[in-house]
Amino acid sequence: MLKSPGKLIQLAVTLFASAFLLVPTLQSILAGVTANYFQGLSSGLTLKWVVQVWDLYADSIFLSIGLALSCLVCTLAIGVPAAYALARNPGRASRMLEEFISLPLAVPGLALALALLQLYGSMKGFRVHWTFILVGHVLYTLPFMVRSVLSVLAAIDLKTLEEGAASLGAGPARRFVDIVVPNALPGILAGALTVVTLSIGEFNLTWMLHTPLLKTLPVGLADSYASMRLEVASAYTLVFFVMIVPLLMAMQWASARAARVLE
Amino acid sequence: MSSRQFTLLCLLPLAIFALAFLALPIVRLILGSGEGERGWGIYLQILQTPRYLSTLGQTVLVSLATTVAALAISTTAALFLVRNRFPGRGALLAILTLPLAFPGVVVGFMIILLGGRQGLVNAVTPGHVVFAYSVFGLFLGYLYFSIPRVLLTVMAAAEKIDPSLEEAARTLGAPGWRIVLDVVLPALAPAMIAAGAIAFATAMGAFGTAFTLATNIDVLPMVIYTEFTLSANIAMASALSVLLGIVTWALLLTARSFSGATVAAGG
Amino acid sequence: MTLSLTNVAKTFPGGVRALWPTDLEIESGEIVSLLGPSGCGKTTLLRIIAGLETADPGARILFDGEDVTALSVEKRKIGMVFQSYALFPNMSVRGNVGYGLKMQKLPTPEIETRVEEVLRLCQLEPFAGRPVTALSGGQRQRVALARAVAARPRALLLDEPLSALDASLRSRLRDELAVLLRQFGITAIFVTHDQDEAMAIADRVAVMTDGAVAQVGTPEALYRNPATPFVARFVGDAMPLGGRIAADQLHLDGGVLTLSRAAEGEAAYVRAEDIRIDPNGPLTARVEAVTFLGANYRIELSAAADEALFALHSGLSAPSVGDFVRLSVAPDAIITLPQDQTE
Repeated sequence: MLKSPGKLIQLAVTLFASAFLLVPTLQSILAGVTANYFQGLSSGLTLKWVVQVWDLYADSIFLSIGLALSCLVCTLAIGVPAAYALARNPGRASRMLEEFISLPLAVPGLALALALLQLYGSMKGFRVHWTFILVGHVLYTLPFMVRSVLSVLAAIDLKTLEEGAASLGAGPARRFVDIVVPNALPGILAGALTVVTLSIGEFNLTWMLHTPLLKTLPVGLADSYASMRLEVASAYTLVFFVMIVPLLMAMQWASARAARVLE
Repeated sequence: MSSRQFTLLCLLPLAIFALAFLALPIVRLILGSGEGERGWGIYLQILQTPRYLSTLGQTVLVSLATTVAALAISTTAALFLVRNRFPGRGALLAILTLPLAFPGVVVGFMIILLGGRQGLVNAVTPGHVVFAYSVFGLFLGYLYFSIPRVLLTVMAAAEKIDPSLEEAARTLGAPGWRIVLDVVLPALAPAMIAAGAIAFATAMGAFGTAFTLATNIDVLPMVIYTEFTLSANIAMASALSVLLGIVTWALLLTARSFSGATVAAGG
Repeated sequence: MTLSLTNVAKTFPGGVRALWPTDLEIESGEIVSLLGPSGCGKTTLLRIIAGLETADPGARILFDGEDVTALSVEKRKIGMVFQSYALFPNMSVRGNVGYGLKMQKLPTPEIETRVEEVLRLCQLEPFAGRPVTALSGGQRQRVALARAVAARPRALLLDEPLSALDASLRSRLRDELAVLLRQFGITAIFVTHDQDEAMAIADRVAVMTDGAVAQVGTPEALYRNPATPFVARFVGDAMPLGGRIAADQLHLDGGVLTLSRAAEGEAAYVRAEDIRIDPNGPLTARVEAVTFLGANYRIELSAAADEALFALHSGLSAPSVGDFVRLSVAPDAIITLPQDQTE
């Protein structure tokens, strides 16, 4: 395998990049369960930092989970029918609409948050409500749901399937439930996992939209990085990893599965 | 209800949401940028203020460096991982794509763990080696979240290269490095341009990493943030946001014309 | 260039035997086809000759007597036409054709002259400056061929060079390819699964099945004297007759056919074009189906054989389904071969 110097250089670069990404992750996991990071592992392993994180930040963890699930419901309700409509009417207008709702992928979250704040900041009841953050999350994750479903719907012969169902007497709504949704499931699943993963990790918009009483997990992380000792920050990061890594793996599995449908 | 009506009904929730929370806020942001003392002249003011200009320059430079480094590292790794099957390959791939879901703040913390005052490099090297809070730290942070994105895009393209293209070059007597230059890189070029544009745009707009690391780094998102929160200069914050938004959006539009890929998460 | 293969075999990791030990001699300037169904090892053999795969230890590959077994593909100086053509999409037609010459570090004027020469031979001059992505299937195939021969390789290897084309184009380009290969005067080996293609282009055909060469010979020899039942069936679609042979007589339910020689215990095969409807024929059969093909009728018959027997009948009218007809087959048109245990 390693016959040529070229291969060796490639391997070295790959390993170096992996180490660059992995080492700090391991450090943070380790620091989160070490009694005193500065003394090293000899100070013993402990779960007290994790417990402390739980005491301090349990609310933020639950808020993030609640937000992610609400965000999922919203993106499903808005995104799946929209993807269907876009798939049924491919054309310039559909392309432009898809392009427009994809803006939050391109425009930095900070700018979007400023825009939302300027328009709705003065509506006090909404501004301090958790749904204000939810709007930001839906805004950011919706294009992923739409595109994921759309790519699957574009790959199957939706029109013929629907014409078949229509010839058997199914109306538009029935066809949507019986034909469109089941066939789009791989895309919906991949989109759903992406939405939840991204919502739990979202920081840029959330930091601007949150209030002191409404801290999500990443906001809490930023807070702990700024004000807590390294072990607590690490333990909190560890909690985040435990939540996000399985989600990420499920998301990659579902996306690969959806991609197979496309072939 | 006709099919046409049903389709329109399906679009309705999206239309309402996009109008209320995307179109109108963006219009408000653009109008807001013109509501300062200088009116629309604020965009001229950006170009005339050395602090904003140097910030802009610095942001572009760091983003450019990130893009070049991420492309070099990720393309090398992608080619290696696509062409070789070996025990541990799956693990390497998992490690290299893991940070895809890390928000910028977490990436910032990773860099602090590496190069901060209590970081690994400072601990294992003699003397005082702290780079996390410098521009170099920011560069490393951006690199940290760019590597997985570029890697995935380039790997997908590398897997699609017809293996007989390289074989054809070999039968014609081309040595390995020429094959990379004449066959592999041209085949990867669209994906590399797309991935590069994504990396560049993400780095330009990245806020979380800079926020965690920054003691004193002037990059555009940080300046927008301080204008908004500390100086309460809402018009300037809006104008800079509009500028940043247009630049990143235009870049990604270009990127998408080269490949349909969308890889984005966190940042 | 003469090519000599001795003991060439290939076992893939995991123990799958793609190619059993194979010997093959090819003369200078000869066009040889490796013909067989997919998975028979023909492409593996071609790739071993090219140097794109390494043969199992013990193999010897000689180009003009020079042992090239250990040489890598870049150093073997062969030209290859790939099934997908593998044209470099980032280069023009001229860039593709000149690539091998550039790799040989020839001076630019010489590269230009030689590229023009090959382009002219392949009738590609009008397209020289075009990107290869703007060409039709047939043009791409010619560019692939031109690229492979431009550097004057010692041998030309072609892997299913016509299979990416649609049927009507394929037969036209088949004849073009045969003419061009002879013009080049180059030793050529080409892989195909299409017997018509092999017969039309090659001087000699090596019929392969299950990772081994079943028979090598001129198209006529393979057609007239197949060595195995597989060759008989694959080249010219010979049908097994069934029945029982005693001395030089083949006994079928519908009658007795005379053979050209005694072939006790062997199996008999016949081709559709050799079965004649003949009122005085020794064999009776029932007509099961009649298909009009234009130039002739294809008649399905039940005589005795386990499998259906087909006859090609030219004439203005054909018997009807259900009729009983009498058939004759010339003795030397019946192929007899030892019973094949594997089939």
